[in-house]
Amino acid sequence: MTFQPILTRNYARRDSHRLATYEAGGGYGALRKALARKPEEIVEEVKSSGLRGRGGAGFPTGMKWGFLPKGLDKPVYLCVNADESEPGTFKDREIMERDPHMMIEGTIISSYAIGCRHAYVYIRGEFWAAFVRLRDALDEAYRAGYVGKNVLGSGFDLEITIHRGAGAYICGEETALLESLEGKKGQPRLKPPFPAMVGLFGCPTIVNNVETLAVVPWVVDHGAAAYRAMGTEKSPGTKLFSVSGHVERPGNYEVPLGIPMMELIEKHAGGVRGGKKLKAVIPGGSSTPVLNAEECARATLDYESFASLGTFLGSGGVIVLDEDTCMVWALSIIEDFYAHESCGQCTPCREGTGWVARVLRDLEAGRGTMADIDLLLSLGKNMMGNTICVFSDAAAMPLESFIKKFRGEFEEHVTRGGCPHAGRSFLELATR
Amino acid sequence: MSVAFTPENKAAFDALLTRYPTKAAALLPTLWLVQRQEGWISEEAMEYVAGLLDLAPVKVYSVVSFYTMYYTRPMGRHVIQICRNLSCSLLGARELIRHVEERTGIAVGETTADGRFSLLTVECLGACGNAPMMQVNDDYHVDLSPARVDEILASMA
Repeated sequence: MTFQPILTRNYARRDSHRLATYEAGGGYGALRKALARKPEEIVEEVKSSGLRGRGGAGFPTGMKWGFLPKGLDKPVYLCVNADESEPGTFKDREIMERDPHMMIEGTIISSYAIGCRHAYVYIRGEFWAAFVRLRDALDEAYRAGYVGKNVLGSGFDLEITIHRGAGAYICGEETALLESLEGKKGQPRLKPPFPAMVGLFGCPTIVNNVETLAVVPWVVDHGAAAYRAMGTEKSPGTKLFSVSGHVERPGNYEVPLGIPMMELIEKHAGGVRGGKKLKAVIPGGSSTPVLNAEECARATLDYESFASLGTFLGSGGVIVLDEDTCMVWALSIIEDFYAHESCGQCTPCREGTGWVARVLRDLEAGRGTMADIDLLLSLGKNMMGNTICVFSDAAAMPLESFIKKFRGEFEEHVTRGGCPHAGRSFLELATR
Repeated sequence: MSVAFTPENKAAFDALLTRYPTKAAALLPTLWLVQRQEGWISEEAMEYVAGLLDLAPVKVYSVVSFYTMYYTRPMGRHVIQICRNLSCSLLGARELIRHVEERTGIAVGETTADGRFSLLTVECLGACGNAPMMQVNDDYHVDLSPARVDEILASMA
């Protein structure tokens, strides 16, 4: 399989975050090319590339752009979703810290393509270092004439504003992000209408992930066919995977889509730590159903393979669990997170996430009963598909898959009256 | 005690207003300015912000209380936030939290009597490749061990 890095191509350069470095590697050449073409041609190029949104849903980017209504007398907004918060995911932060101009150039080209004159970057509040890098890079881009009035003499005007979040996982959900940008609590909106019709300030809006936009300059520069030469037919191109947990070399790795998942874990991330055996992998951030070792051996890194295994590629956050991991403990930590982050708008989620977390804590500590295991499954069922956004589903999916695939461990906690894994009972401590 | 922006922050606030088509949209960045200046966001500060942005004070309160990074009480000079999510916990974050509680003599959620440290736990901060990790004020500290944490805390007056 042919492969050349797109997203990480500048990472090894000295001062990779500076404009001069980015330009020396050909940076902003794609913007010049794009401005010489019609906006519709850029949309078509991105459509043909088959680029799919890298925030988690994997929706085709060009198709999303195509949903914008034509001939409406309203401004169009582009919002960059830089609110990376899915547990196990740390690729967007690295892009912003190490090559912010790649994302800025993608934002400018995409704004030109969809007719946006003011783009907003919604960056996670905790990402101070990334914010500083991005702010300084944006200042450089303004001074160089890549952003602002009459970009590179083309007649195209574009403002970009960086907007810091303030600590709320749910603001990564695109309609919650829009609410937050408007100065409100980040509570998701009912859809339809979709943001492409009624988005930011009631105007047509596109929300794209950092990694998605960072790919756009390369696609414009090299063409859709070159992008499609990597990856698989339905999952073209390359993607960043964040590997964490029990591996020798955790970190971000850019690989062509379609390679075996175990190649990522063993070859790139150095395999399971300390020569231990693999127990399970959470493949696409904590919201995605867990895979057992046998499934991991069959999985390839593309949207279709993961779907056939009943899980999702998600954000590319691969969390590796070794043979000694207590799955009840791991699930309890995951569900504590959802209980903490539920926005409280819908009852099944607000009540369900807290209930699940409390039952799990009891089970892990050996205070549970066999009936609790079925109670958890029943709670999960009631949390699926009954709420405004998919947060509640995201809490229910790991729950269901952990119990289905590792039920024996849950039962063992009941029969033994405690956790069989020594040294793992630190749950109570950190949940005060 | 009444709250008002310093001339410098008032200028930053005025500049903010030019970036959004509505005044209300400037609420989050305005609250950030307040917290940078005051260290936390008091009810008086919320009323001040409400006045600046033509919002009901209760609306400002609802937003402040929704987001975890806005502090509604004074905090220590160094706010220690240890990640408690899965990737960090797999590599010892829970033990680290207990260690820091013992070292500082405070429990999660508390501030030391001398105002030096506050201790919080947080959900995934997106640095799982360098777990376990913590954030102290604006800065990330990664690849932590109890000994490394001791060094970091000792360097903070």
